[in-house]
Amino acid sequence: MKRAFPILGILTAILLIYALYQALVAAPTDQAQGDVYRIIYYHVPSAWTAFVLLFVNFGASVFYLIKRKPVADIVALVSAEVGVVFLTVNLVTGPIWARPVWGIWWTWDMRLTSTLVLWLIYVSYLFLRRFSSSGQTPLLAAALSVLGALCVPFVYFSIWFFRTQHPQPVIGGGGSIDPRMLHVLLINWLAFLCFAFLVCWSRYNLEVLQREVDHSQALESLMAPRGGAR
Amino acid sequence: MKNIGYLLAAYAATWIIHIAYLGTIVGRYSRLRREIKPGQVVGR
Repeated sequence: MKRAFPILGILTAILLIYALYQALVAAPTDQAQGDVYRIIYYHVPSAWTAFVLLFVNFGASVFYLIKRKPVADIVALVSAEVGVVFLTVNLVTGPIWARPVWGIWWTWDMRLTSTLVLWLIYVSYLFLRRFSSSGQTPLLAAALSVLGALCVPFVYFSIWFFRTQHPQPVIGGGGSIDPRMLHVLLINWLAFLCFAFLVCWSRYNLEVLQREVDHSQALESLMAPRGGAR
Repeated sequence: MKNIGYLLAAYAATWIIHIAYLGTIVGRYSRLRREIKPGQVVGR
């Protein structure tokens, strides 16, 4: 497994560079927006990758609530953390795209606001995990994650159910996209998924190591002879 | 090539966020390695 990581890393780097080339050079220019529309190739795949990771977080949290397996807790933590990073990218690139196209950085419409609320829910999840020292933290975090996951379909379908400034989805719904643009979009999503997988893998190994160190230090302090003035 | 600055800013922001996060992982890993005492048995 340790050998697979650098090989996958190199393949992912090649795929990311190819996807960047496709996004900036190969994809056709949009007639209405010009080149600035190419932000779509980072903005949308970031959102989709975040949704996949938050779905993994939901599954792992449900599994943890049922089986109480520590590995499910670690998967939930890692997927939420990396999911928040991708959601942050989505929230940052959105306003940068909105400014030249809509003339404003931000508007409180349903899609944008619900995405921000989703981001805040998962940031609060990470704060809970980081700062709570209670033994019940994984359980509370899993419960929060299940509630947070209910927000994900709401964010995705908000542009179907509400009148918003945000465009319709490029797959399904009322939106449409040139097949060549869709092809580039899917290449970028695949590249982002591979990258997210590698980041999750690194973060998972780090978390396992952290828990092993904490465990061995706790054992050491229990075994150490007691002494000294109180 | 209109509004190319916004396009570059979005792409740059994306990689700045990802690299910053990867930096925190590397930092945490290095700190953990320093915490592990010589001779301490950790891992499977």
